[in-house]
Amino acid sequence: METLKAQKKESKKEKAIRITGAEAIIHCLLAEGVDLIYGYPGGAIMPVYDELYKFQDKLTHILTRHEQGATHAAQGYARVTGKVGVAMATSGPGATNLVTGIADAQIDSTPMVCITGQVPRQLLGSDAFQETDIVGISTPVTKWNYQITKVEEIPEIMAKAFYIARSGRPGPVLIDITKNAQFDELDFVYEKCTAVRSYKPVPKPEPSSIEKAAEIINEAKKPMIVFGQGVILGEAEAELKAFVEKSGIPAAWTILGLSAMDTDHPLNVGMVGMHGNYAPNMLTNECDLLIAIGMRFDDRVTGDLNTYAKQAKIIHFEIDPAEINKNVKVDVAVLGNAKETLEMILPLVDKKEHKEWKAEFDKLHQIEYDTLIEKDIHPTKEGLTMGEVMEQINIASGQKAVIVSDVGQHQMIACRYAKFKQSKSNITSGGLGTMGFGLPAAIGAKMGAMDREVVAIIGDGGYQMTIQELGVIFQHNVPVKIVVLNNDHLGMVRQWQELFFDKRYASTVMTNPDFVKIAEGYHIKSRRVTERADLKEAVEEMIASKDPYFLEVKVEKEDNVFPMIPSGASVSDIRLK
Amino acid sequence: MEKQWYTISVYSENHVGLLNRISGIFLKRHINIESLNVSKSEIDGVSKFTIVVFTTEDWTRKIVRQIEKQIEVIKAFYHTDDETIYQESALFKIASHLLFDERQIQNIIKESNSQIVTVNREFFALAKTGRRHEIDEMHAALEPYGIMQFVRSGRIAVSKATMPISEILQEFQEN
Repeated sequence: METLKAQKKESKKEKAIRITGAEAIIHCLLAEGVDLIYGYPGGAIMPVYDELYKFQDKLTHILTRHEQGATHAAQGYARVTGKVGVAMATSGPGATNLVTGIADAQIDSTPMVCITGQVPRQLLGSDAFQETDIVGISTPVTKWNYQITKVEEIPEIMAKAFYIARSGRPGPVLIDITKNAQFDELDFVYEKCTAVRSYKPVPKPEPSSIEKAAEIINEAKKPMIVFGQGVILGEAEAELKAFVEKSGIPAAWTILGLSAMDTDHPLNVGMVGMHGNYAPNMLTNECDLLIAIGMRFDDRVTGDLNTYAKQAKIIHFEIDPAEINKNVKVDVAVLGNAKETLEMILPLVDKKEHKEWKAEFDKLHQIEYDTLIEKDIHPTKEGLTMGEVMEQINIASGQKAVIVSDVGQHQMIACRYAKFKQSKSNITSGGLGTMGFGLPAAIGAKMGAMDREVVAIIGDGGYQMTIQELGVIFQHNVPVKIVVLNNDHLGMVRQWQELFFDKRYASTVMTNPDFVKIAEGYHIKSRRVTERADLKEAVEEMIASKDPYFLEVKVEKEDNVFPMIPSGASVSDIRLK
Repeated sequence: MEKQWYTISVYSENHVGLLNRISGIFLKRHINIESLNVSKSEIDGVSKFTIVVFTTEDWTRKIVRQIEKQIEVIKAFYHTDDETIYQESALFKIASHLLFDERQIQNIIKESNSQIVTVNREFFALAKTGRRHEIDEMHAALEPYGIMQFVRSGRIAVSKATMPISEILQEFQEN
C-alpha cells in the first residue's frame, strides 16, 4: 500500500507543471469541463482574471453587472444543463454580493461553485481593505466551503469543490483563495475527486423498503404521487413516467418538479401548494396513499402540517436522509437516487388503472377551469391578464421554450400555465423566492441551451432588482426573450395586503420608468403592449426574433392569483376566489 | 413530546470550519448547547464532539441528521443519560488560609472525593470529576467559604452501545 502510494506520488511529480496558483485555478476549471463562468473582477482576484485573459479562447468569462447576477446566471446555466455553474468575485463586497445567489442555490439544490478572492494570508484578520470573512458568512448557506491560503492546496480543494457541488443532493460550494496563493507557484497536477472519506452522497437503497413500498402501492385504492426536483436532478424522468404509467397513479408536482413530466400527460394532475391546482391540493386530504418523490414537504406545499394528508399512508423516495420525517412523518422511506429506486420498484408494482379515482381529479379540475382558468387564459374583461400572455407564449413557442420566471404573481401564473414537453425547462427561484433571479438566470439558461428558446417572465418589481444585466444581453447579444408583466405594483404583496391587511397597500405601489426606453438604451429590440388586440402578434414577433427582445405587457393592476391556500391553512381550505 | 437530556456524539474529520457549521445547526433552531467538548477519538485523525442538549427526541433526531449531512462528519449518534457513561470535571480555586481557618473544608474535600492539585501560600486548587449534580453539591458546600474561581468542563461521554466508526469508514471507502 505504502509503496503504491509512493509510486503514485512519483508519477504525479513527473506529470507536474510549474505554474502560479492563478493559472492552476484555470486548469482546474478546464479539467472539470467548465467553459463558461460568470463574475466580476476586483483587487483580490486580479491574478485569476489575468489568467482568464490569457485563456479566453478556452474559457469564456461573462462580466455581469453585479455579482448577484453572476450567481443567478450560473444557477440558470446549471439548472438547464445539469452541469455545475461557476461564479467568481473579488473579496469583501464582491463576495458578500454572491450570498443571495448562494442561499438560493442551497435551498433549491443547484450545483454551483463560487470562487472568491481574499486578501493575502498575512493580512487575514487585520481588517484589511476589502477583507470580509466570507467563509464565516457563507457557512450556513453552502453545502461546503473552504479558504485556500497555500498554493499547494488548490488542485485538491478545487477537485473536491466540484465533486461535492454536483454529487448526491447538489448544492453550492464556495472556495475563498487568498491573493498570495494566487501569486505563488506550485507543481501542478490535477486529479478529479471521486470520493471524500466522511461524505456519502447517495445512500444505498434498501431492497426491503422498496418491497414494503410496492406492497402498500399495490394495495392502495386512492393513491397519488407528488414529485419534485429530485426527479430532474436525478435524471429520473423516464423512470417516473414508466412508474406513473404502469401504476396508473395520478401525479402532481411541486414548483421545482415542473417539466419533469409532460404537462399534457393524461396522468399529470397539476401543481400542489399555495397557488397550485385545486384537484391535487383537495385530494391530498382524500387520498389513501401519498407517494412523494424527490420533494421535501416545503411549507408552501403542505400548508398546515396538522391537517396535511393525515388520512393517508406516506411513502417518501428521497436522496437526503435529513429530509425523512423532517416535516411529515412517513410510513416508508425509500432512500437513494430516484432513478435507481424507481427502476427497482417498477417490476414490483401491479399494472393498474385508477379510473374512478382519476375521475375525481378531472371533476375538480373542471371546477377550477370553469371558475378560474378559462377567465385567466381567455379573458373577456377589459384589462390584460398574466394568464393570457402565458397562453400566447405557449402557443407561439410550441411549448418548447425554457421558461424562466422571477418571483411573485407572474411566477405563479407562469408555473400554473406554462406547458412543457421537455425536462429542465422550468427555471425559477422556488425555495428562497429571490426577486431579481429571473433576468440573470435567463441569461445563464440561454447560454447553456443556445438551441432552445428561452423566455423570461418577470414582474415590474423583480425586473428592477437586476435590470442592469440588460448590459450583458446587449454586450454579448444573448438572444433571450424578456417579458415584463407590468401591473405597476409589487403584485403578490399587494394581493396579501388586499386579502389579509384590509387593503393597506404599504409600499407596494410602483411608479415605474419607461421600460421600453430603458431596453432601447441597451439597443435591445422592444415593444409595449397595452391592448389585447396586439398581444398575439407581439408575442409571435418576439418569439420569431433572432435577437434579444424585450416585451412589456401592461396587465390589470389589481388582479389576484387564485387558487390560494392562505398561509398556515390546510391544503383542503384552498380558495378559488 | 417530552424534553430530556441527550448526549450527541459526532465523529468527524478535524476541519477548521466544522465547529461553526455544527453550532449553526443549533442556532438556526434556537436550541441551546448546554455543554460542548471537542477531543480526539479512539480513531487516529478522527475528532469527537460531545454535545449535550435538553430537548425532545424529535428535535434531537433532526439535528443529528443535519449534523451528519455536513461533508466532514463521519457519523453522529444521540443517547439518553441512561445509555451513556458520562462525567464532567471541575476546578475550584480557594484561598489557602481557609484550609486552616475552616475545618469543615477538609471534610468537604474528603467526602467529595476531590483532589488537591496544587497548594501555595495564596490559594489551593481542587479538582473534581463526576456527575453534574455531584459537582453542583460540592460547589454549594464550598460557596459559603468563598470560591476565588470555578470552572466546569463540558460533558464527556462514552456510549454503552458500540459506535462502529471504523466499520463506517471502511464502508465509505468501499463506495
